[in-house]
Amino acid sequence: MIESHGGPREGGDIYVGPSVEHGHPTAQKYIAIGVILAVITAIEVAVYYIPEYVPGFAPLLPPILLILSAIKFSLVVMFFMHLKFDSRLFSSFFVGGLLLAGAVLIALLALFHHFFA
Amino acid sequence: MEHAVTPAHAAHAEHETSTGLDHRKIAMWAFLGSDCLFFGSFISTYMIYRGRSIVGPCPHECVINGVHYEGIFSIPYTSVSAFVLLMSSVTMVLALAAIQRGNHRGLRVWLLATALLGSVFVGGQYFEFTSFWRHGLHLDTNLFGTTFFVLTGFHGAHVTIGIIMLLSLLATSLMGRLPTSDSLTVELTGLYWHFVDIVWIVIFTLVYLLPI
Repeated sequence: MIESHGGPREGGDIYVGPSVEHGHPTAQKYIAIGVILAVITAIEVAVYYIPEYVPGFAPLLPPILLILSAIKFSLVVMFFMHLKFDSRLFSSFFVGGLLLAGAVLIALLALFHHFFA
Repeated sequence: MEHAVTPAHAAHAEHETSTGLDHRKIAMWAFLGSDCLFFGSFISTYMIYRGRSIVGPCPHECVINGVHYEGIFSIPYTSVSAFVLLMSSVTMVLALAAIQRGNHRGLRVWLLATALLGSVFVGGQYFEFTSFWRHGLHLDTNLFGTTFFVLTGFHGAHVTIGIIMLLSLLATSLMGRLPTSDSLTVELTGLYWHFVDIVWIVIFTLVYLLPI
């Protein structure tokens, strides 16, 4: 049987939701995550301009930007898309596609000599 | 797990599946997994041709064959666009939280807010494209123009489809045909919307911020 979540319905009768929804964050937590995402975006933009003033910082820029982007990506997927709380089957579909796309990217970059130019 | 349920929704909500999971949600995740490859291909193509254009304009300041070109990206402008789309993910998840609590007024407000923020993003993208066009960057100008317009154009098309889905949900709710028991419909639309957001998180970093 499909796991479900109880709550009132517009018509006043009892709601039985069709999906797994246990442990979803509260609205306050969603807003807190939104604030964190906004702050990380501001940091990304600030970090982008640092090499203009500190040229020695330039080699650090790509890894820092990639890490910040990965944090934002993970927060949205885990909390807004609920993969942290939902069935692992959903995660396998998504992560499978993501890993395959990443493999395609790395393979193409290697083929076009981006790593060992 | 046993629940009291109205007859009208019993068959709809409690249908048996072999996995115990709703097939519509599995289908949406399978689609999103495949869409990762769709955008992965375009992002890969952009990345392998980065900095290989033989004529300008360039995304950032560059010199090609002794000719100096000013960069055409405006990072402050794109940062605001990225922020707007990110915040639309927050309003989308608040819409879902609202319908799951049976708060239909909240659902409509947050759906409208999400559609408006999405429209601001698409409008911003249209302005950016026309600005690049005026600077001489067309689809066939150079490798940068081809890969950039195809990648961000398909993303903009995804956002536009998402806005249509949001407005359809809003109209359905206003007609009183979106009961709390159908919250999965909002959740599925939300999954699609968050997906276009995470694609932009990747594009913003790899295309706009990462130096060549």
